[in-house]
Amino acid sequence: MRHIFDKIIRTGRLTEPVVMPDKAVAELGAACQKEVAARFGGSLAIRMVDAGSCNGCELEMHAVNNGFYDIERFGIHFVASPRHADMLLVTGVVSRHMQVALKRTYEAMPSPKLVVAMGDCAGSGGEFGVSYASCGPVSQVIAVDAVIPGCPPTPLALMQGILEIIQKRL
Amino acid sequence: MSGRQKENKTPGRLAELLPRLREAGIPLQPVNAPVGIAEEISVSPADWGKVAQEAAACGLRWSACWGEHYPPQILAKALFFGQDGHLLVQTALPEKLAELPSQTPYYPAANRPERYLQDMFGVTFTDHPDGRRWMCHQAWWQDQFPLLKEFPRAGTPEPETRPDFEYPFAVLPGDGVYEIPVGPVHAGIIEPGHFRFHAVGETVLRLEEHLGYVHRGVEKSAEGRDLASLARLAGRVSGDSTVAHTWAACQAAERALGVSVSSRSLFIRALLAERERVANHLGDIGAICNDVGFTFAHVQFSRLRELWQRQSLALFGHRLLMDVVIPGGVANDLNTAQIELLFSEAARFKQEVGTLMPLLLEYPSLQDRLRDTGILSPQQAKELGALGYVGRASNQQDDLRRDLPYAPYDLLSVDVPAYLQGDVAKRVRVRGDEIAVSLGLIEQLLKKIPADGPLAVPCAPTGRDCMGIGLIEGWRGETLCYLHLNGAGRVLRYFPRDPSWLNWPTLEVLIADNIVPDFPVCNKSVNGSYAGHDL
Repeated sequence: MRHIFDKIIRTGRLTEPVVMPDKAVAELGAACQKEVAARFGGSLAIRMVDAGSCNGCELEMHAVNNGFYDIERFGIHFVASPRHADMLLVTGVVSRHMQVALKRTYEAMPSPKLVVAMGDCAGSGGEFGVSYASCGPVSQVIAVDAVIPGCPPTPLALMQGILEIIQKRL
Repeated sequence: MSGRQKENKTPGRLAELLPRLREAGIPLQPVNAPVGIAEEISVSPADWGKVAQEAAACGLRWSACWGEHYPPQILAKALFFGQDGHLLVQTALPEKLAELPSQTPYYPAANRPERYLQDMFGVTFTDHPDGRRWMCHQAWWQDQFPLLKEFPRAGTPEPETRPDFEYPFAVLPGDGVYEIPVGPVHAGIIEPGHFRFHAVGETVLRLEEHLGYVHRGVEKSAEGRDLASLARLAGRVSGDSTVAHTWAACQAAERALGVSVSSRSLFIRALLAERERVANHLGDIGAICNDVGFTFAHVQFSRLRELWQRQSLALFGHRLLMDVVIPGGVANDLNTAQIELLFSEAARFKQEVGTLMPLLLEYPSLQDRLRDTGILSPQQAKELGALGYVGRASNQQDDLRRDLPYAPYDLLSVDVPAYLQGDVAKRVRVRGDEIAVSLGLIEQLLKKIPADGPLAVPCAPTGRDCMGIGLIEGWRGETLCYLHLNGAGRVLRYFPRDPSWLNWPTLEVLIADNIVPDFPVCNKSVNGSYAGHDL
């Protein structure tokens, strides 16, 4: 136990300030946090659905929860039930086998039902496009509010994307 | 004391099997084996099951099966692993009456791959113990077969594909037995799949997996691609194994075309493959511990993973190393300063992981949760052909880097950790050991990397059909690629076999008699790829 506490103390605090590419975006974090506080009671809940991803986007989604990015500090967190979710974050092309599961997840959400397509597959079909097995990008199945491009988007791009979208929609 | 097992290989040898097949009266046609494997034989469809029976009796490991449509025939191929090489067995079936005896009675591992062949090519297995469909949900009819040449890539889908709620799950009657359906959408940041539990109280009696939800049509969308485009696709078969699948595809292509890649670029590929292994093991160790509420390990290992991925981005331009392996070589070179950087990174991670792993292994309340949880016995692991860390925690050691080394591993010595217990604790431990081995290999690679050599050589088409097989030890285990190119260098058939095909069935076995709340930790300890399996 002593070794564990020792390691914790020596590791210290990892969380970094979000590096924003320009000044306008730099103010986004604070602004969004304010919006999230005002409109979502201080917490924005995200339900993710992998509709046909290669798992690359999921790995980076996990990364935004690690100590360096710690997206929860902005009041943004991932939830298990769509009933609790303000935002649906979808990865991958929508495989035909997931088409109804995605729609039902969307229908189960309360308003405002923000929908974000994460990554090139979800945004534009990526390497897979439309086929017997794939409906193509998410917009073919449900209305999409915003796309975060990248294959996969880096954790920073994902965070910036989410923050911008909240700002834009509210 | 640690229970680490001595070196131990799959006992079977091709040198033993081939005479035995002849003695058993099975006519064998030698075939010009596609480059990349030791032997290829062609047998009549009637002998398909018997070959497997003899191979099992010789102690070979069943590795994969797949099909290819050559109208009016369908070729079925199966791959076996012996310690002296891989054996490819092939048979030709008329497409109108594609019937084969099953290999599943001798190799349970063949169960789902054969059902996949049934769903995608219309091959009927006459004595298969489980004739249910596997990959075919409701997106195409059961009498349509997407991998036949005449099936158009666009298919004929309905505007909305019905959910597959009629899949005939096994029924387990009994007093107090209840079912828990889970998925396809899971309660976390995970890929989709369906798990059907039968439980009594908290105890799992039986788990049945139903996968295929992220079937994106990888193989069909590979058809007609050029090599550069194929490599990009291979890198997205399973995002966490992008290096393994891309290397396997490029290796298959280079073997088919007779291209020799520079030794320097092979060293860089191996560095990438070891980086991928370390990144995934770091993430998994943390995530497994998190599933039993030990957040300390989760925070520490995700810290290390993040630092590791940032270095990948800085040196190779991508955090997951996508698109760095390209046909003919690699996209990024390393200069002297970068090699120095990698040396010091390896030293730092040895020290970091060397400090953390003992904390985990010695922490009683963590080990109390992981020991004896989700046991896969060595016998069960052998029957299912378990690969990678899942196999090694149950003393199934096969590692291509050691047993059938491909360049540059033929110049290195690879230590393979293995244990007997086969529980979650040992699957964590093997991962920790493998990180240490990989860091050692990275140092060996950096010391021995040839000073020059082209980064990538051209992969010109040969003007005739050619085939190759790629076999790479990915972080999950043996990763296969079968590739058939036409004279213009375009893809006729691409089949990637992720190790998850072999490891998913182990989860059904090892979860029995565990409590339902331990499913997440057992699942994470196996960490099968949904995308790599569903294709």
